[in-house]
Amino acid sequence: MISFETRREKARRKWDQLEHSKAPVIYIGSATCGRSAGALKVLQAVKETLKEHKLNAKIVQVGCIGPCYMEPLMDIRLADSPRICYANVNPQRARKIIESYLLKGNPLPELAVGHFGENGHPVTEGIPRFFEIPMLQPQVRLVLRNCGMIDPEDIDHYLANDGYQGLLDVLSQKPEEVIEIVKEAGLRGRGGAGFPTYRKWEICRSVPGDQKYMICNVSEGDPGAFMNRALIEGDPHCVLEGLMIASYAIGASHGYVYINSDYHLAIQRLRQAAEQMREYGLLGENILGTGFDFELTIKEGAGAFVCGEETALIGSVEGRRGMPRSRPPFPAVEGLFGKPTIINNVETLGTLPNIIRNGAAWYRGYGVKGNYGTKTFSLVGSVRRGGLIEVPLGTKLRRIIYDIGGGSWKPFKGVQTGGPSGGCLSEESLDIPVEYESMQAAGSIMGSGGMIIMDEDTCVVDLALYFLNFTQKESCGKCSPCRVGTWHMVTILDRIARGESDADDLAKLQTLAETAARASLCGLGQTAPNPVLTTLRHFRAEYLSHVQDKYCRAAVCRELVEYDIDPEKCNGCQRCIEICPTEAISGAKSELHRIDQLRCIKCKACYEVCRYDPLASDAIVIRSRRRAS
Amino acid sequence: MKDKDYSRLFAEFEGVEADLIPVLVRIQERDGYISEEAVRRVSRFLRLSENQIYGVASFYPKFRFTEPGKKSIKVCMGTACHVRGGLFLSEAVGWQLGVGIGQTTADKRFDFQRAGCLGCCTLAPVVMVNEDVHSRMSVIRLKEILEKDD
Repeated sequence: MISFETRREKARRKWDQLEHSKAPVIYIGSATCGRSAGALKVLQAVKETLKEHKLNAKIVQVGCIGPCYMEPLMDIRLADSPRICYANVNPQRARKIIESYLLKGNPLPELAVGHFGENGHPVTEGIPRFFEIPMLQPQVRLVLRNCGMIDPEDIDHYLANDGYQGLLDVLSQKPEEVIEIVKEAGLRGRGGAGFPTYRKWEICRSVPGDQKYMICNVSEGDPGAFMNRALIEGDPHCVLEGLMIASYAIGASHGYVYINSDYHLAIQRLRQAAEQMREYGLLGENILGTGFDFELTIKEGAGAFVCGEETALIGSVEGRRGMPRSRPPFPAVEGLFGKPTIINNVETLGTLPNIIRNGAAWYRGYGVKGNYGTKTFSLVGSVRRGGLIEVPLGTKLRRIIYDIGGGSWKPFKGVQTGGPSGGCLSEESLDIPVEYESMQAAGSIMGSGGMIIMDEDTCVVDLALYFLNFTQKESCGKCSPCRVGTWHMVTILDRIARGESDADDLAKLQTLAETAARASLCGLGQTAPNPVLTTLRHFRAEYLSHVQDKYCRAAVCRELVEYDIDPEKCNGCQRCIEICPTEAISGAKSELHRIDQLRCIKCKACYEVCRYDPLASDAIVIRSRRRAS
Repeated sequence: MKDKDYSRLFAEFEGVEADLIPVLVRIQERDGYISEEAVRRVSRFLRLSENQIYGVASFYPKFRFTEPGKKSIKVCMGTACHVRGGLFLSEAVGWQLGVGIGQTTADKRFDFQRAGCLGCCTLAPVVMVNEDVHSRMSVIRLKEILEKDD
């Protein structure tokens, strides 16, 4: 049996060789987001180009480094030069870059977005440091430190970067001491509620019983959030190490990773990681000779939003319908298969190795009092620079949206945080810091990290209706405040969006929302009205214009808009006539076209053709008109 | 499907109740849907009643009980996609194919579903055709994809 030390030495040598490789190294970001942007085609092109020119280079597939708007990303490092990152690479561009840089030594600074070394190296002239570009500069990467830097499929890369050092440290301490460190660090659950992690652990630790379970929650059912998937795809071992640290602390010998079965790549990487751990003696009995036994099961779930709730998740792992039950007993006392169980979020667990390795005081150096550390967010929607980001708690929303995200495309309207359980905040709330308490005071929640930017093209009534539709469909149906309440809220919102509402609908909606929030059994129902309550609070004027004037400023609510052709602009190209599914548009070639309002189904096809087709002239307008009620 | 196809699939599992969802996931990956026969087989393997299996399977939106088409069109209904026009895409698919959500065209070429969130929010709106994610979609690009014959 090879000792852990030897393996680590070997891993470090391997990493060193890669870092100081004489042959060029090409890194390609090929997590799911990169792949959907075409990373695998780039990979293919890179291989072909190398073969064609008989070049010898190493190719490393890495995870997501964050700026998804730049995907696909390709980095190249030549011997004794810093790694240079290229954005929005396509097969042709990849070929051009390789031919220029590898063959002629010209790194094409105009195509590069950043480099990972120190400034001053001759090849990096005209290229900024990657971590100093506007999107990355305000960020602090603790959990995501390895994402995009190491090969997630190679345990040696993780080991060489202090991997499993935290586990090693923990195994030489008493479980109580581990809980004490986490308490001192002030770590709070990153799933969104912000419950102190140590307190949950203490309860479970103090419950007698030989069999306890630890579950890592990767259910991530929030639409608009992908932080957990990206972390697992980019650095699966850090989550698994955290899972083991937590298990040791609470006295569990069996861990589960409950993961959405749609996350194919993440599941594959976890399975592979588990195999490598077993090979390295990090799973099974008597781990590293310390007497700690640990087994790991990767459990695929079928992706229901309610399974983010602890008791529903347990039901789903046990093979039942994912329906919550009333508590107490809490899962920490009676959970999976009736045994004490702790469920932690991916990010909470991913943070643990850092805390253990660097100490609680180091962790408290980030964030603000009561809200220590960092939090990852998926910054998406109508934002210029979208992607996966990590910032210290206490960062102002304005800094996240404008400095990191670069603001919205069109004039900013609001930001939605926390998914369907969260709320919408308007311009005035942008100066609140991102902390559990302040977000809650503003009416929203921190949530697991979805952050959706809305501009003037988003209608808040439509957005509230969207979220309510979602929670209404996902409601498990067990308790009536949630099952019936969400349905009625959807009905009223739908009425408002159609322009069929009357004056007291807003009051009814408010009462209904408050009742459902108070009376529902689990978190889903309690938080489902949040999108309604916060939009009513921050965007009341927009509701009123829907109710009183039957007017949708964003021109989104279908019953309140009409499609028109601007006679000044229309050039009679007939492209819209070809695409219209209901033959609502008529007109001869080169003559003004006309839309038959009775036939028009408002599908937006003509609008898109008219805007983007080279022959067309952007003549179709969608507008809402004020009508007196 | 033959006996040995099922026994090979079941061999990965212990045969306890907790295996139910992963078994169903695996069957759907293989067949594209949960057939009546599959439910009967799973029922015998896990010693659970068919009713219980339907009860669990129908709870999760992922599982489908009708045969899929050759190409599976999934329109993402995540928040970012919604904000950037996912609903229009979804309706355009319906119009183009003449089927509703969860249905398969008569020639079995396409089936049409909505997906929760595919997690590619920065590339919104997205549409998944079989396993390929098409990003930054528009009604026109969608039409091109649907008309492409292969």
